[in-house]
Amino acid sequence: MRNDNIYKPCLMRIEKVTDEAPDVKTFRLKFIDDVQARNFDFKAGQFGEYSVMGEGESTFCIASPPTRKGYIECTFRKTGRVTSALANKEEGEIIGFRGPYGNRFPIEEWKGKNLLFVAGGIALPPMRCVIWNCLDLREDYKDITIVYGAKTVDDLIYKNELEEWNERPDVTLVTTVDPGGETPAWKGQIGFVPTILEKMELKAENTIAVVCGPPIMIKFTFPVLVKAEFKEADIFTTLENRMKCGFGKCGRCNVGSVYVCKDGPVFTYAQLKKLPAEY
Amino acid sequence: MDRVKQKARDLLDSNKVQVVIGYEEGTDGTARPVFIMDSKNIDKLIFNDRCYHNLAVYLTKVEVEKIGRVAVEASLNTLKGIVKLASEGQFVFEDIDILGVNRNGELYEFASLDEVIDYIDQHPVEYSPEEISLLRKIESMTREERWEYWQEEFSRCIRCYACRAACPNCYCDACIVDINQPQWISPTPDALGNLEWHIIRAMHLAGRCVNCGACAKACPVDIPLNILNLKLAEEISKNFGISEEFLLTNYPLAIYDPNDKENFIK
Amino acid sequence: MTPQNKLLKKECLPTFVETLVKGGKLLYAPTKENERIEFKLIENFSEIYLDYIQTTKSIKSIVFPPIEKLFEYVADKEHVEIKDVNLNTIPETIVFGAHPCDAASFKVLNAVFTWDCNDEFFLTRKDKTTVIGLSCKNHDDYCFCTSVDLNPGSTEGSDILLTRIENDNYLAEIMTEKGEAVYKLVKNLFEPAPQVDKNAFVTQLPKLFDLNDLRGKLSFEGLSWMQQSLRCLSCGTCAYVCPTCSCFDIQDIGNQTKGKRVRIWDTCALPQFTLHTSGHNPRHFQNERWRQRIMHKFSYEPERLHVYGCVGCGRCSRACPVNINILENLIEISGGNK
Repeated sequence: MRNDNIYKPCLMRIEKVTDEAPDVKTFRLKFIDDVQARNFDFKAGQFGEYSVMGEGESTFCIASPPTRKGYIECTFRKTGRVTSALANKEEGEIIGFRGPYGNRFPIEEWKGKNLLFVAGGIALPPMRCVIWNCLDLREDYKDITIVYGAKTVDDLIYKNELEEWNERPDVTLVTTVDPGGETPAWKGQIGFVPTILEKMELKAENTIAVVCGPPIMIKFTFPVLVKAEFKEADIFTTLENRMKCGFGKCGRCNVGSVYVCKDGPVFTYAQLKKLPAEY
Repeated sequence: MDRVKQKARDLLDSNKVQVVIGYEEGTDGTARPVFIMDSKNIDKLIFNDRCYHNLAVYLTKVEVEKIGRVAVEASLNTLKGIVKLASEGQFVFEDIDILGVNRNGELYEFASLDEVIDYIDQHPVEYSPEEISLLRKIESMTREERWEYWQEEFSRCIRCYACRAACPNCYCDACIVDINQPQWISPTPDALGNLEWHIIRAMHLAGRCVNCGACAKACPVDIPLNILNLKLAEEISKNFGISEEFLLTNYPLAIYDPNDKENFIK
Repeated sequence: MTPQNKLLKKECLPTFVETLVKGGKLLYAPTKENERIEFKLIENFSEIYLDYIQTTKSIKSIVFPPIEKLFEYVADKEHVEIKDVNLNTIPETIVFGAHPCDAASFKVLNAVFTWDCNDEFFLTRKDKTTVIGLSCKNHDDYCFCTSVDLNPGSTEGSDILLTRIENDNYLAEIMTEKGEAVYKLVKNLFEPAPQVDKNAFVTQLPKLFDLNDLRGKLSFEGLSWMQQSLRCLSCGTCAYVCPTCSCFDIQDIGNQTKGKRVRIWDTCALPQFTLHTSGHNPRHFQNERWRQRIMHKFSYEPERLHVYGCVGCGRCSRACPVNINILENLIEISGGNK
């Protein structure tokens, strides 16, 4: 009997729920099935389909690094039907997971280079995966700089980790909030991510840039990096088109002939420039 | 038709409108909607019995709004659609140029919304003998027979939403079937989902439908959806004693009057 | 296997069909009811209407149903149980009297459903389906299979292809092992095939554009997509009657404690298809969605899957409520009649 049901999710137990920001939560998930747990492997940048039975599936990246074994984490904002149902789940409850899908960040190719991570708002999760992946293999990389911005101080996610990165001598962390989003106690920058980036002394040589954020942030960040003489092939980002299946069949995530679920979600700026504006 | 074409040409040449929406010959002996943006193509315009599409449907589409000001070659049904949409605040009547056409393709010009309403009033809706006989046939069925009849008809539905797309009054940005918090109606093309969809759609159009029949003509699997609307229109005028003229600019199911005969409302 | 030709006399056709039905297979064939021609489940040969040009809906629903149950579940806070669909219960099915365009469509669907990973729902249905095709005697102005490198007598996708020849008898071309298995069930009905020029018995449909020309001219930015699609009402009719459109949605039916997850047909023509939760929509305007439809079929699928996503059946044009005729548009794009 044929039994490989590609639509069948693995069952995962919610080990830990972290409230990150208003309506934003992180789940730590563990496979219930030992065999599935043993066989599971993924790379930084890949994504999955997370589901609540009776509500449906939702697509987000795996936010924990593949270097941390035995669990995966996902971070999501409560917006649609599925994420609202997920947000109501508590520790100990079970959700569905299919994946990993998609391509990945080629971090092996980045060995010996400086890394510049630029993220905005709720787009930090895909980058958190690759940041921790690189930090766990710290000796492989040279300078690591993280620039992260959100609308308000409240909207910054992974606050504990931001603190940890801030304290690490081998990481340069710049955090910023949009003008008006600061609190009296705020010690970081004030301003939009591209503006903050422009003020920094960016060195493009031997540096890989990874940019994840809302479309408007990405749009204004690329020119700053290009002006700082980053090569287009050295600037990475992720696309977030709507998906259902995750493996090139349901037909909705394509940008021209490129399928975000199979050829992405990770693209270089050089690749993006060749794509039609359909994302 | 010459005067219709001339006026359309003038409107385009003087740049008073950027597009004329009318009818042209289709590829299969039918007529089809056409969008003319250059007056040199004005001779494509036709009008005859085959021009059944309710062109008012295009007036709320984002793709059309993007082009600019519109002139519409408007049959009686299209006029009704326009009046209904204007009365529901979907656009300002004066923002649209109307090239009214009567059955013979002769130009009718209207100076105001009231004139359009008068014109519509002078031309009461004429249902085809086929429509009426099907309606009466269904009315004469027992409840069980009727249930079976509609189940059978709806079973062919593929949920393509051509009925919704062809209807000038189905202009919601977020149709109830596309809303999933909560999921009011099942989007699945099965017996329950199809029944829910067609009943909800008929109810949403009760008292608003202009009975142009565009839904049924658009249906690729020939479900006589117009009969549902026709029946509801009859029920509305019977129960509320409302004239077609009143219906054009009002929505009786949303009007409250302390003198309503129903007690539940008091 | 080597294809073999046989003769099936017209008086044997009813026995042929009814033997298969009695043998326990589901048999779908074209029927005519109130001028509507559709494939339906058949019990008797008399229900079949073979003298048709095209059905409204294609045969794709046999291998790619409008709703496909992916699994059932029961759940509470601590436990979730997923119950697989037993694919063994999918019945052996015969499609009888499908024209070559329909028969060829399974190849396109197969390309999508086996791209990198296999969709066993589709594959099982396809494996259990035998296609007994029927060459076309007639065509109408919507047909254009010859322009997409098929033809009215093409055996592509048919396990057996029947062609009506002299005296209304049928030439049976047995093309595959599945076809041979059916043939063996009713072997006694067949006779040795005469020497015939099959081509003389199928309709002659001139080629109206060249696929390579078309593909060469297709361009994301450079074409009048808006002019072609302004009339479009944004319904899903074209995709749902299309034999090769295979886009789908995944939905849950039930509640959080009990229900099923299903796959249902979906279409790029509807704006919700690509709408992000944020409200952003990469294909907000209908001309962008129309472009996706054409580019997907004639550029992306050939590029990525090495198949064209069109078999020239013309259903989309016939069913379109506003007469968007794909042939007219394809001829226009490719630069006219060749």
